[in-house]
Formats: sequence, C-alpha cells, structure tokens
Amino acid sequence: MNILISTCSQGLIYAILALGLYITFRILNFADMTAEGSLTLGGSVCAVLVINGVNPVLSILIAGLIGSLAGLITGFLHTKLKIQAILSGILTMIALYSINIRIMGKANLSLLGKDTIFKIFGDTHISNFAIGLIICGVLLSVLTLFFKTRLGMAIRATGDNEQMMRAQGANTNFKKILAIMISNSMCAVAGALIAQSNGYADVTMGMGTIVIALASIVIGEAIIRKNSFLLKLIAVVLGSICYRLIIFFVLNLGMNPSDLKLFTAATAVVLLALPNIKKTIKRSVQNVKN
Amino acid sequence: MLKIENLCKTFHKSEPDEKTIFKKLNLNVEKGEFVTIIGGNGAGKSTLMNVISGSMFPDSGKVFVDNKNITNLFEHKRAKFIGRVFQDPLKGTAPTLTIEENLSLAMLRKSKRNLAFGVTKQNCEFFREELSKLNLGLENRLKTKVGLLSGGQRQALTLLMATLVKPKILLLDEHTAALDPKSRDKILELTKQITDDAEIATLMITHNLEIAKNLGTRTIKLEQGEIVFDLEGKNRKNINLLNFE
Repeated sequence: MNILISTCSQGLIYAILALGLYITFRILNFADMTAEGSLTLGGSVCAVLVINGVNPVLSILIAGLIGSLAGLITGFLHTKLKIQAILSGILTMIALYSINIRIMGKANLSLLGKDTIFKIFGDTHISNFAIGLIICGVLLSVLTLFFKTRLGMAIRATGDNEQMMRAQGANTNFKKILAIMISNSMCAVAGALIAQSNGYADVTMGMGTIVIALASIVIGEAIIRKNSFLLKLIAVVLGSICYRLIIFFVLNLGMNPSDLKLFTAATAVVLLALPNIKKTIKRSVQNVKN
Repeated sequence: MLKIENLCKTFHKSEPDEKTIFKKLNLNVEKGEFVTIIGGNGAGKSTLMNVISGSMFPDSGKVFVDNKNITNLFEHKRAKFIGRVFQDPLKGTAPTLTIEENLSLAMLRKSKRNLAFGVTKQNCEFFREELSKLNLGLENRLKTKVGLLSGGQRQALTLLMATLVKPKILLLDEHTAALDPKSRDKILELTKQITDDAEIATLMITHNLEIAKNLGTRTIKLEQGEIVFDLEGKNRKNINLLNFE
C-alpha cells in the first residue's frame, strides 16, 4: 500500500512536468525540447541552494524562476532569430548540460541530511502525497484561470492560428515566448521537487523526461476525452499517475530497469498511433464487407 | 485615408528567378470608398494587400494611413486599425476556441491583453446582438468551438471579427472565393452591410467581374503591378469581359 502511495506521489511530481509540456506541445503547438535541460536546471539550482542552507520551498520557487530563463532563450532563438522550433529547444538543452555542471560544480550533488520540502512536513508517505496533491491542485487552478484571461486566451489562439492573432493585433512572438517561459518554469519546479524527493541532483536526471511527459499526456487523453479545459489538465495529472503505476507494475513483473525507456517510448508510440490504427482497421473491415 | 506612394517590390532580388511586382505604384483611397480590385494571377493584388497589412514590407515607397507614415510599422501594430479577411475561411478564426472567445479576442484589438477575464457577460450580450444580424443562428451557439462551423459560417464570423472594433481600413482578399454560391451570396450581402459605413475604406480583391462591378464604389485593375484602369461609380458598368482578361 505504502509503495503504491509513494508511486502516486511520484506521479504527481512528474505531473508538473507533464503540465508544463502540455502548454508547449498541445496549447502552443510547439515541440519544445528545452524541457529536459530545464528540468535538470531546476534540480541543480535547487540542490545548490538547499546545500547552502536556503529554505527548500524558497529554492523551489527560485528554480522555477531560473527555469523560465531557459524558456526565454529558446523563445528568443525561435521567434527573433527564426531558428526552427525543435532545433532551438535542442540547442538550449545541449547548452544547459554544460551550464548545469557549472552550477553544481560536478556531475551530481547529494542532498543527504539536508532539509527538503518533504522532510519539513514529516516525510511520511501520506504527507509526501499530500504535498504533491496540493502543488498540482494549485497549479491546475492557476492554469485554468490564467488560460481564461485575455492574455491566456491570446496564447491559446496563437497556438491555434498565429496568422489570425497577428491580424487581430497581437504580438504573437511575445505570446509564444511567454508560454515557453511558463512551461520551462514548471519543468524546473518539477526538477527541483524530483531532486528533493530523490535526495540528489544529477546532470542526466532530465534524460528521457520529454517522452515520459508525452506518454503521460497521451495516457491522460485516452482516459478522459472531454472538452473542458480543467478536465484536460486533470487528465494530464491522472495520465502521469497512471504512467507511474504502469511502470511500477512492469518492474514488479520483472522488467529490466534499463529497458524502461524503450517501454515508455513504445507506449507513447502505441497511444499516439492508436486513433489512426483504429481508423485503418475500420476502413479495411468496411472494405471487406463491401 | 489610405495613400500609397511610389511603391516598389521585387521578389528574389538578384537571383535568377527575380520577379518585379511593383515599379512605383501610387494609389489613394478615401474614407468611405469601397475599391474592388481585379487582375490576373501575379498582377500584384495580394502583394498590395500584404504591403498594406504589414505582413510584407516594400523595397521602397511609403504607405500612409490618415497622413501617418506606417511603412515600417509591424503587422500586429497596424492591425489596430486594419481589419482583414483572408481567402481561406480557416485562416481568420481560432478553431479550438469558442465563438465567444474568438469574438472576445477581436474586441481586444485595441486594448491590452492583460490578466482580466477574457470573456465577459456584458460582451456576450453584445456578441449575441451582432451575431443575430448574420442570420446564421450563431447567436445561440456562443460556446461552440469554431472548428465545428462550416467554411461559410467561419468566414461570416471572420468578417464580423474584422469589423467588431471599427477599423479604418478593411482588406478583403478574395474572401468569397472558397465558398459555395449560397454562402458566397450571404457573405457578399454581409460585406455590403458592413461596408456601408462611411468611416471605413475597403479594398476587396475578386476574380469575379460581376462582383467587382456591382459591389463597392470604385474598381481598379492591376496588370503587372500597374493600375491599367481606375473607374468610379457608373463608369464601371462599361467594364466588360473583353478588357478584363
């Protein structure tokens, strides 16, 4: 039971990352690869701050702020220097690898014996779960409200139809940069929480996280198919928890941990391709009937 | 109202496929005028629209609106006083946003996009009123996603959005070309209604000579970037197919 609860808490932490990527991938229609770098950036910044005695909650917030700078750079590369979306994200991500090592001074930092947000609240399975739940709850409400404001609506419309937004007098470059910053800030917060939860920050901790987040998003979309914005975000959180549970079960069934990334990628592929596969099967069945 | 002075534009300059569109084009459009623009493909009609709207900058020459030089003003800044409807009905609206959200965005054309709520009750009342004028039944579907509407409905919505906050200049780029005859007539009727306003200067591109003759107050024909005729009022009746193409 306890293991299940802590698996769910981990899902809640990774849900922050998935929600961040939801903003770029789904709302802005921008494949942002910066996320892997900004997650590690959040982890490293937070680790250094905590080791130097900064309050763990405050260091999570600072990590988020620094993370938004990574988004600012990607947004700048894409909108002002006109570099392709994917490439600008990859460039920032690669650059962040060196920066993260500079920040930490070495490839990994241990938080052993340091204060973390989890220890402050007792470090029980239930309290850790509650922390994740509260953070996700706050994020869900803030995001839902934000995307209903004039600015948030303009960001959604920019992802939808950029030309129309420019014709309506909106500076779409600014909207894009802002959305990418928000997204990366959330990735960095997730990184900071992961570092505090795992008890260390490592320069490779971001590797493969985009695929994890993407898998969470598509799992969520497979569970809840509703039009309401809040439900869509809740779906992402549930997707992230489901992903963790799936991983937990396949590991228990004896899967080699190093095969996890292959498994995750395959899951994402299947879920992404499922609607098309269904259509193809339907069509061939109809062809046979005719 | 709109003045274009010595406009020059060449695509792919100093490349093998260099193509000069405009060599010192001059055009004046007054308040309340509705100019229909005809001309073959490659004559420069769309380029003219793009230069006016700011999605393209001229090589040289100037664009004035109300005697203010806007030649170097960014597209989104000009949009505060230029309304546009595109040929593709899908280009003028955001499909995953609802009708009320799309209209709200259009209402904000001149205001700041801050953290105030995007859709307000007060605005929705106004939207309902305006939508009922379209006679498409959209006034009861404010919460419908625009992606679910037909091309004709979306084009009507785009037209409404372009004029919800009254622009100084309205640019219509073959905005009926992709519609079926019934929707086309509907959109043309709406266009007439909206452009009756004496404050707006309208430019409309069309490939349909009948529409060009019967709509608006003035017709110009572009050929290789030059105005080959410029007729007003009754004189336009004499345009026939022979000198059209």
